[in-house]
This record gives sequence, C-alpha cells and structure tokens, in this order.
Amino acid sequence: MADETTPVAVAPAPTSSPAVAKSAAPAKPKVEAPAYREFPTIPALQPDAMTGSNPFVAAAAHNEAIGFPGALLDGWEQKAVAKMGELLGKYRSLRVYMDACVHCGACTDKCHYFIGTGDPKNMPVARQDLMRSVYRRYYTLPGKLFPKLVGARDMTKDVLDDWFRYYNQCSECRRCSVFCPYGIDTAEVTMAAKEIMHTVGHGHKYVNEIIGKVHKIGNNLGLPGPALENTLEGLEEDVLEDTGAAVKYPLDMQGAEVLLVTPSADFFAEPHVDSLIGYGKVFHAAGISWTLSSKASEAGNFGMFIGNYEQMQKIAMRVREAALELGVKRIVVGECGHAWRVAYAFWNTLTGIGAGAGVGKPDPFAIQLQKQLDPNYKQPSHICEVTWDLIQAGRLKFDKAANDHRIVTFHDSCNVARGSRMGDYAGGQFDIPRNIIRAVANHYVDMSEATTREKTFCCGGGGGLLTDELLDLRVKGALPRMEALKQVADQHGVNFMATICAICKAQFTKVLPYYGFKMSMVGGVHQLVSTAIVLNNEQ
Amino acid sequence: MNLVFALLFYAATLILVGGVAYRIYEYARVPAPLKIPTTPAPTTTGGVVFRMFREVLFFESLFKSNLWIWALGWLFHVGLALVLLRHVRYFTEPVNFIIAFIQPFGMYAGFAMAAGLAGLWARRFLVERIRYISTPSDHLMLALLLGIAFTGLAMKFLMHTDVVAVKTFFLGLMVFEIHPLPAHPGLYLHLGMVALLMIVFPLSKLLHAPGVFFSPTRNQVDNPRETRHLAPWAAQLDSKN
Repeated sequence: MADETTPVAVAPAPTSSPAVAKSAAPAKPKVEAPAYREFPTIPALQPDAMTGSNPFVAAAAHNEAIGFPGALLDGWEQKAVAKMGELLGKYRSLRVYMDACVHCGACTDKCHYFIGTGDPKNMPVARQDLMRSVYRRYYTLPGKLFPKLVGARDMTKDVLDDWFRYYNQCSECRRCSVFCPYGIDTAEVTMAAKEIMHTVGHGHKYVNEIIGKVHKIGNNLGLPGPALENTLEGLEEDVLEDTGAAVKYPLDMQGAEVLLVTPSADFFAEPHVDSLIGYGKVFHAAGISWTLSSKASEAGNFGMFIGNYEQMQKIAMRVREAALELGVKRIVVGECGHAWRVAYAFWNTLTGIGAGAGVGKPDPFAIQLQKQLDPNYKQPSHICEVTWDLIQAGRLKFDKAANDHRIVTFHDSCNVARGSRMGDYAGGQFDIPRNIIRAVANHYVDMSEATTREKTFCCGGGGGLLTDELLDLRVKGALPRMEALKQVADQHGVNFMATICAICKAQFTKVLPYYGFKMSMVGGVHQLVSTAIVLNNEQ
Repeated sequence: MNLVFALLFYAATLILVGGVAYRIYEYARVPAPLKIPTTPAPTTTGGVVFRMFREVLFFESLFKSNLWIWALGWLFHVGLALVLLRHVRYFTEPVNFIIAFIQPFGMYAGFAMAAGLAGLWARRFLVERIRYISTPSDHLMLALLLGIAFTGLAMKFLMHTDVVAVKTFFLGLMVFEIHPLPAHPGLYLHLGMVALLMIVFPLSKLLHAPGVFFSPTRNQVDNPRETRHLAPWAAQLDSKN
C-alpha cells in the first residue's frame, strides 16, 4: 500500500514541459499546467489547492430569465434544505446514493480534477460528502443527534460557498461511477446540488446565460436564423470550390427525410465546422435529403448540467417541435457528447423522440411523433451510426490516402462513453467511431487502455465549466488525457486526436498549447471523413 | 441479565427488520425519472440480473477500481457470510445439513473476516486519501465489527462458553420463552455488540447492502430508445407542454 501514499515528487521539467500562460491578464487568476509526471502515481493531497477557483455567480437577469430567483433568497438555508428533501423524493439515485457510500475510497483517485489539482475536495467521495454532510444533519437520526460523529454539518454560507466552488469543479463525467461498488454517480449529486443552488438564487453565470440564449435565439452561441443561413451558404460555396461537388447545407427544408441537430459550435467554430462539412458530404454522397432547423439549431442541452428536469425538457422540446413542423422521418444528432447522452438516454422520456410509445399504456404524447418517425431507423441516431451503416452498406467511398498525413488517435468523450450507446450492442459507442476512423484513415493508434472506452478521462471542460474564469481548473483537469496523448505522440508520432464532442474540441483547442501541443491537433471524426470521402462528381 | 438480553434482542430485531424494510420501501417508492445506467450496460433484463449478480457476489466494479480494497473487502464480506451461516445452527433444530457441512469453514472464516477488517481499518490510518474521508463513525463501525469477530473467536478458541445453553436461549426467544443465558463476560460483550450492530444498521452506511440493489446506474436496462421510460411526476409535465 505504500505506493498509494507516496507523494509525487515534482519531476524535473522535461523539454516539452507545459509552459505557464504568459498572456494571462494581471487581474485574472494564474493559469498553470501541472508538469507531466514521470510515473502517473496518485497525487499527495494538497488541501485547499483549488479554493481560489471562483466561478462567476449569475446576475439577476440571467437567473430570472430561466425562472430562478435573481439573487440569494432570504432564509435560503431552510429553502435549500427543503429543496433537498424534494429531490430526495423525486430521484432514487440521490436518495440511495446519500445513504449507500461506505467511504471505501475506491473513487478517490479516479477524478481528473483530483489528479490535476491534488485538492482532496475533488475526490468524488469528498465532493459527494459536501452534500451528504448536510443530508445527514437534516434527514438522518444520527446526524440530528450526533453531528460530529457522522460528519454532519449545518447548511451555512460557508457550506454554500464550498458547494458553489467544488460542484463547479465536477464535469459530471461519471468516471467515478464506473469504479464505485454501488455505482454511486457523483454527477447525480452535482446536478442535485446545482439545482438546489439555482432554486435559492445562486446560479452559475456561464450556464444560465447560455440557457437563456437557447430559449431566446435558438442556440447556445446566440446565432440568429439569418446568420445561420449566411454561414451555411458560405459553406456550400467553400465545398463547391474545394471539391467541385454541389453539396447542400439546407436550413428549415420542409419534408426532408433527416433532421440533423448539431451543436451550434459546428456552425462557425474551428475545428467544429469541419465536421459539419463532413456530415453534409455524407448525406450528399448517400443521396439522403436532410435539413438543419433554425428553431432547433442547438443539440447541446445545458439543462442537464444544472440537473433541472424542466429546463432540460423545455430545451429538448424544441427538437420535437421542429421535427413535427418539418415532417422529417429521422432525427440525427451531430458530434456532441452531452447532447448525445440527452438525446439517446433522455429524449424518449422528455419528448417522445424514440420508440415504444404504443407498448403498454397508450401514450398519446409520444405516439403523435413516433407515428411520423420511420421505425426502420433508430430514433434518434448518432451521425456516427448513420455514417457507419452507410459504410457497411457500401454506399460511401473513401480515398484513405488523403488522411495519410495524419496519425490518428481517438478520445472517447465521457457522456458518449458512460452515458449512452451506439449501434445494437453494449459498447458500440466505442467501436463505431473507431471503425469509421479506420475506414477513412490508414494510421490509427489507441491511447492507453486505462484512459479509453469507459475508463476515458474527461477533457476537463465538460459539465458547464467551459468558461474562461475556470481556465486554470480546465488546464489542470486535462492532465491525465494529455499524459496519455503525450505517450502515443512520443511513441507513435500521433498528430491528430479525433473526438465527437463540441466541448472536447473547444476545450482541447484551448488547453493543448499549455502542454506543448498544437491546438490544431484536435478535430472531429467527420473531419477525417470529410477529408477522405469521394463525392459522386469525382467518380 | 437474561431478561435484559431477551428484551435487547427483541428490540434490535424489530429495529433491524422494521428499519431495513422501511428503507427498502423508501428506495422502491422514489422513482428514477431518467435512464442513467453507467454504460456500457446490459440491454436486457437478464443482462442486468447478471450484472447485479457479479456486482453483489464478486464486487466487480471494486475489482476494476482498486485491488487492495477489493481483496480486503471481499475477504471480510465472504468471511462474514460464512460466519453468519455458521450461526444459523443457534436458531434451528434440527440443523440443516448444509449448515452442518460449513461449520469448519465458518470457523476459519472468522479469521478471514477479522483479517479483512483489520486491513480495511489500517487503510483508514495509512492511506492519506482514505484518512481524509474517514469520519469517527467509520472507525467506530470497524471497531464494532472487529469487536464482534474477536469476542466470537475468543469464545471458540480461548474461553469456551456453554453453546448448548446459548442455543436454548435463542430457540426460547423465538417462542417467547426466556431461558438462562450462560454468565460469561465474552458472551455478554459479543451479544451486546451484535445487538448494537443490528440497531445501527438501518441508520447508517450499512444501508449499502440494500442500497446496491436500487442503484439506477447498475440496475437499469440500457434501452431508452426502444421504450419510453416515464416517472409519474414526470408524466404530469407532458400535458403541460
């Protein structure tokens, strides 16, 4: 057991050691990447290492726009405790997880934020205990009688500050839930904590601002319809120029077969847009009519990040409405991790996008939509499922050599890996993207198996943390993924990390330079597809 | 003393059975509104049963997580299970042949149980991370279990007690008769601690035992696209939209 307690000596910085941000503005907190560790042992505890991480509290306008109180309410302590009671009665996960933890410690070294920061409150069990201590105080007999004995605490401002700080250091990636003997999922606890904080008027600015934009404009980035149209026309011109093929990127096309719902970052951010170009080429090459929707111009659903069922449903409902209005037969989701979790695992529940509404009790709400959707396809489908099906059916052709300048690896995005599936069998979400990459590129290498598939490490920016004020946390949280990438980069010359998540792409673009990599090293799976696909006009 | 222990065990049994039944009722009553199995997850009910079976009997997730904790934890739990089975002979007459068969194994399982507990406790002192998350109650729980194991082993190997009388006492309790319990300090300690454990069970982290069966990340079938999964409180929101 000695190895577990050995503190990690700070390794002498190798030549490729990550550099400290030089351009950070003086007022901002220091952003510092940890040094690569020679041996990735478990870090020694550094209590309070991240107490300086202060997410911005949402302004009144942002809170009120999405139905929460503008600022911390009077008597918020009782209201928070009461909300906790309500959630304990609505979510079996929370109810069971508050009781079941035995403090065995299996999760303590599994969180990327703990590995990157050493702050003990970033150990999943300690993060859960921030809430469990309050639960014990108000909802268990031993906590009421002997608070010290069982580690129970009153709900105070200090506790709330700790919640705000450390529940905003959890990307809800569920890696801890893979390793817990009871399947305790810290994401469920984080979501409940965020919902409680919102209910008493203490929301996080970044997430609330974005949810407001989705409702007001239709997408997280706040791109209005005309701007979208303009962007898509520009893409058509670019692709025509590059390939000579008249690939269409339709918007609000009535009667299209497929409605594609994709993260709004795909419309203009780099490298995201290259994947959007790829989706269009796939549909073009397969001769499938498709459309984007200005109403549902966002696959992302930040309602999940704040654990609020009503918000999540309201955001998802846009997709249902767009599908009904456009009369599409299939709904396909672009490269976005948490969006795919919401779409795959929650859409059927929230909006009826799925199947099975006619089985058992009649379910008029869902039947209306499910009658319209084509039962021959999985509803919704992931764009990777669509592409892989077409590849297997021989309907796409590739010039694999076009990707020969790339040595590719694949980063499993946490929400896809541990919160969803693709294809017909458990684990399809790991194989299908890799199968596609192997079908379109000649050089593929997997990263260490301790960091892939269901054991994948979060990019460090998920869960509603992709904001500048948390950059230091994001850079540190990326450490385990960067170490695994460094290994394949050094040993196999990997120069491209493919992923299927808009947040991963944005996060890596930002943090790769801190670890001595080029930001252009990250990109989408459909970016690779786009490079290699042979369009009809070229045959 | 006979009366004290008789009443204590009636109370402890009531609290254990009633308390755990109430917890199970609570866990079963609270809905899981969303599909949240930790994937890759089984796509059929049979698959979920198999997953739970591996989880409960072999601590599969813990095995993937940390070999030390798995080895010590499994040693303790299997030891405890055998010891408990061995003790069934105090409550049944005649003794089932399976219970008779495991008597010698159960005897040594007591050592395994104690060794596992000692190892788990050592971790709470030696491993910095586990030390950080340990509360006084975590230590007391281990102390209580170790106390039960030591007094039990002591009565088997060091200072025998009249087990026939103990059996008469417990068989008597089951038909509401109070027979004399041997006046033996080891026995008093052993039984007192066992009763305490039964009482704290439904109020403590020992609820992980029923809890694991209700964990949505483990017990849900991964089929959200094929069937609509709807909690009663969530179904009410459909009509509003």
